Amino acid sequence: MDVRFINPFLEGTISVLKTMAFVDPKPGKPYLKNDSLARGDVSGIIGFTGTLSGSMALSFSENAILKIVSNMLGEEIREINSDIEDAVGEITNIISGAARKKLESFGLTILAAIPTVVSGKDHSIKHVLGGKSIVIPFETEDGPFVVDVCMSEIKQA
Amino acid sequence: MGVDKNIKILLVDDFATMRKVIKNLLKQSGYNNIVEAEDGVDALKVLKAEKVDFVISDWNMPNMTGLELLKAVRADSDLSGLPFLMVTAEGLKENVVVAVKAGVNNYIVKPFTAEVLNEKIKKIIEKL
Repeated sequence: MDVRFINPFLEGTISVLKTMAFVDPKPGKPYLKNDSLARGDVSGIIGFTGTLSGSMALSFSENAILKIVSNMLGEEIREINSDIEDAVGEITNIISGAARKKLESFGLTILAAIPTVVSGKDHSIKHVLGGKSIVIPFETEDGPFVVDVCMSEIKQA
Repeated sequence: MGVDKNIKILLVDDFATMRKVIKNLLKQSGYNNIVEAEDGVDALKVLKAEKVDFVISDWNMPNMTGLELLKAVRADSDLSGLPFLMVTAEGLKENVVVAVKAGVNNYIVKPFTAEVLNEKIKKIIEKL
């Protein structure tokens, strides 16, 4: 996977969470992941088709997502419930939109599917393309989360 | 002249949580007269049943999208002049052109702050 496709997801994630949830996530060093185990307690995953295809997943630790959604809603949420799952789907959708807009500047056309949300300890994430994904770890004051991207450029004939 | 904060706003989004988020942002700007709908079909029912001053609608929704709702509003003689702000997760140029052609007053790309949302509402109302 071309690493220049990673920055739009990194920048999109920071910008969306700062704007919507007043959280300032600090990115760590990206790494390659070769298994389907999610690195969080609740994940949103979204598929892409077009000249760049694949999928992106966001996996949040419980504490990180409780703080993020509580800030978004302006009310304290203490456990992972339907509000949290709904919000993770929407956050995934918005971050993918922000990243896709930046990717357009590379001349790529990308269409997104509807995000799905999975929660529970040790759940798995299945990327559309299979194989290795690139994981960007983030830290917030309340806990970690990761952005897990697996994409491939479709070369025009 | 300031914008009347008592205007009745119809907020349309299939995600209940996103409605809560936008409602929270609207309240931060002083708008408290808000009614909700979960898609375009539901929104049209509300618009037929009560007087609404302003519509804020998501683009991507099941049953009837924000764009289809906008077209239905513009085609209805009782509702055609209603101010309409489209919310989208992507600022794709083609989509903006389509929405403008369909008669949208303005659009806003998620994520946005309470200030940006308030500014968009003000601009639309001042232009009327």
